[in-house]
Amino acid sequence: MAEPKIKYDRQLRIWGEQGQAALEKASICLLNCGPTGSETLKNLVLGGIGSITVIDGSKVVLGDLGNNFMLDESCVGESKAKSVCAFLQELNDAVKAKFIEEYPETLIKTNPSFFSQFTLVVATQLVEDSMVKLDKICREANVILIFARSYGLTGLVRISVKEHTVIESKPDHFLDDLRLNNPWPELRKFAETIDINVQDPVAHKHTPYVVVLLKVAEEWAKSHQGSLPSTREEKREFKELLKSKTIAFDEDNYKEAVEASFKVFSSRGISQDLQQIIDDSQAEVSSSSSNYWVMVAALKDFIASEGCAEAPLDGSIPDMTSSTEHYVNLQKIYQAKAEADFLSIEQRVRNILKKLGREPDSISKATIKSFCRNARKLKVCRYRLIEDEFSNPSITELQKYLTDEDYSVAVGFYILLRAADRFAANYNCFPGEFEGPLDEDISRLKTTAVGVLSDLGCNGLTVTEDLINEMCRFGAAELHAVAAFIGGIASQEVIKLITKQFVPMSGTFIFNGIDHKSQLLSL
Amino acid sequence: MADFVAPPSRSRDLDKLLLRTGNLVGSNFEPGAELRDDLQEYARILVVGAGGLGCELLKDLALSGFKNIDVIDMDRIEVTNLNRQFLFRVEDVGKPKAEVAAKRVMERVSGVNIVPHFCRIEDKEIPFYNDFNIIVLGLDSIEARSYINSVACSFLEYDSDDKPREETIKPMVDGGTEGFKGHARVIMPGVTPCFECTIWLFPPQVKFPLCTLAETPRTAAHCIEYAHLIKWDEVHSGKAFDPDDPEHMKWVYDEAIKRAELFGIPGVTYSLTQGVVKNIIPAIASTNAIISAACALETLKIASGCSKTLANYLTYNGVAGLHIKVTEFVKDKDCLVCGPGVLIELDASVTLEKFINLLEDHPKLLLSKASVSHRGKNLYMQAPPVLEEMTRSNLSLPLYELMDKVAKDTIHVTGTTSKDGKKTSCLRKLRVVFKAIDGVTDMDTAGGA
Repeated sequence: MAEPKIKYDRQLRIWGEQGQAALEKASICLLNCGPTGSETLKNLVLGGIGSITVIDGSKVVLGDLGNNFMLDESCVGESKAKSVCAFLQELNDAVKAKFIEEYPETLIKTNPSFFSQFTLVVATQLVEDSMVKLDKICREANVILIFARSYGLTGLVRISVKEHTVIESKPDHFLDDLRLNNPWPELRKFAETIDINVQDPVAHKHTPYVVVLLKVAEEWAKSHQGSLPSTREEKREFKELLKSKTIAFDEDNYKEAVEASFKVFSSRGISQDLQQIIDDSQAEVSSSSSNYWVMVAALKDFIASEGCAEAPLDGSIPDMTSSTEHYVNLQKIYQAKAEADFLSIEQRVRNILKKLGREPDSISKATIKSFCRNARKLKVCRYRLIEDEFSNPSITELQKYLTDEDYSVAVGFYILLRAADRFAANYNCFPGEFEGPLDEDISRLKTTAVGVLSDLGCNGLTVTEDLINEMCRFGAAELHAVAAFIGGIASQEVIKLITKQFVPMSGTFIFNGIDHKSQLLSL
Repeated sequence: MADFVAPPSRSRDLDKLLLRTGNLVGSNFEPGAELRDDLQEYARILVVGAGGLGCELLKDLALSGFKNIDVIDMDRIEVTNLNRQFLFRVEDVGKPKAEVAAKRVMERVSGVNIVPHFCRIEDKEIPFYNDFNIIVLGLDSIEARSYINSVACSFLEYDSDDKPREETIKPMVDGGTEGFKGHARVIMPGVTPCFECTIWLFPPQVKFPLCTLAETPRTAAHCIEYAHLIKWDEVHSGKAFDPDDPEHMKWVYDEAIKRAELFGIPGVTYSLTQGVVKNIIPAIASTNAIISAACALETLKIASGCSKTLANYLTYNGVAGLHIKVTEFVKDKDCLVCGPGVLIELDASVTLEKFINLLEDHPKLLLSKASVSHRGKNLYMQAPPVLEEMTRSNLSLPLYELMDKVAKDTIHVTGTTSKDGKKTSCLRKLRVVFKAIDGVTDMDTAGGA
């Protein structure tokens, strides 16, 4: 193995070479390189992100050394962007690192087209006004945007992109697709070739449970007018019937069959999640549709006209007690069906592309294959413009969170972060930012928070005095541990967005560093 | 630097939390410059592990106001560490992790003192661990966690009402990650569940039955484990398999390929072979950063009281969306490790040797090769040889006399115990009561813990 491959071994085991290639192609822009921004980039640079551009207009002061590991004594008085960039480069020389000594607010105001060159922008420590402006710029330019902010013992992370589609969502647990409730002819035929009542005890206990279930289900159907067990009583009887077929106490294959018998009873067809995707208006494709939606359109047609209203088979089977021979043959049957489904989808994809006036081969075989293998796990994520959330959040959600004992703190912080920005716009500093008694800031912040809540239409709801006090105590401090946490979350989401694997978070994440009951708010 | 009101300070941000009063804080919180200075001067933190979590922890703690930190790790740096263990560079490969990590953090954060310990955790004397205010764990093994947990819990003393004595509580903060998932927890021995109370959270790894490997392989992993566990021993009589020897690994890979071809099984790769044989846990920088940050923040809160502490177990899962959950687990009141100790009733005539033999058969302990100490005095030590020789003569003496004729007292034993067929080091606290000694005649059987 070449060295980069060894170096990245532990992450290649998660996102594979394709994921790694996507990271290495990506160019990331960081706005503000305090600890939140620096830590976000650190995690990405270690993983081998393609290029980074660090933007910060400030000079390093002594206080910065107390919360940012990328800075040391020699940096005091220097450009922060330059210093942070130099340290990040030291972590991984494969990454192209550069910096621009400029305040992000200035770039947002004077040079909006600047951002369109990047794959993704990580915007840290921005106040509301700049967030709204940058969000519009990035949405227009179709650049993925992530906001990250640390503020005392709270903070937020928010993704903003019009649409993010995922083929490889790689869920932890996902039910295999064995079609025991809906076997296709070749699978039935294969089951017929095996006698589950074989006398040889070794052969009996090495008959794979898939075959056992198919046979017993068929036997059941014969005596029940062709239907499968559906009531609780019938399911119990079915399991008893299975158990009656055992000829020794240690037959693991029969234990597996009983455990997996629900796969015989489960309803046919596709999940609600998938139904929603094929019903999406984007599935009505046009010449400008993305490859993803072209494939969804093909899938929709496939489900409607072929495959008994099922998604294409993914072709993999779980390990099960079996002789090697039966298992390998079974694998081949499933793979053959998956291949046939793939060819059918591929044909549809090519036809749709042709109809749209696009190159029929413009979507690779490998991509379509991966799409078919993951068809049941497709995901579509959409994010509101931050301006819409700010001016018109879901009131029912806000009320729900504000009145929930466990999560009122997190949503309280959400309100107070917004109030702090409004406070800063009015008074030119954050509440408690400077030394001195906090009383005045506390009462000002309280008034501001009441104003924010009433503007949102949440009259009558309040944020507790304790939380307002805490917010003033925080004084906009960027604590290293909080910044490392927020930066860690932000970089994790960047990885998911860039690799197009796994599922990025939805909504607005509010960190609660007091008791860690953080919350994702769907506003 | 242009701020004339407050002199520029390195702890600009941290001061807000440590110097100002708050309402949602710990009961021990006394804000002020003194608190900040005490944290720097007196708080001693031990970081166990200088890997993915350890590197992050050292950085996070050094930037959270702690100046006296020790780190212990027995490993050397490998190339596969570099995608996340950000204190190490290519030229550091082969050097001890603890030493390089300590040096790098000290270079960048002035005023911080980090003492590295390049050794196994079992190599340290037990009192070593008592020198720290808080022990922070960045480990990837259940056995190591279990050992440190038993050590920290051994310092715990109970009063006559079986209430833990606060000054003997050794707080632990434990982190763990795997891929996009992780946990962070706070352990206050005697108050919140210890690692052993909730050991069920870490189910033992499932192993393939040998008959499957030998007779009915079906997956690539079966072929690899056949080569690793069966074929290796058949061919290399007596020679131990070394997973870190690339030639050994290559041999297993080649054999696995042969077997897979023989049975028509797809999917054996070199990468998978390493993964299966070494039980490699995928690891990335971001998850380690998240979990370590949570651990460091909790460490700061325990030490300063500047906010409430996590009660008591946080899980993070970033696979599908973002899920952060806090669960308050409860103590197992019969826990052998953090409870008041297993009660053992003895005749005053029982010798130390007989006592040690008895531990081996005790159904709750199953402790073999025990070394015994009482109030810091070594009664018998299995190793090193010098100490063994020095303490050997005690074996024939009655334990009652060795314990200065105290009718009832706590003793500590270390040794090995076996769990799920695996031998692990452990430390157990025992409450020994001598029969027919005045004052404790009301004690009955030796069954209760």
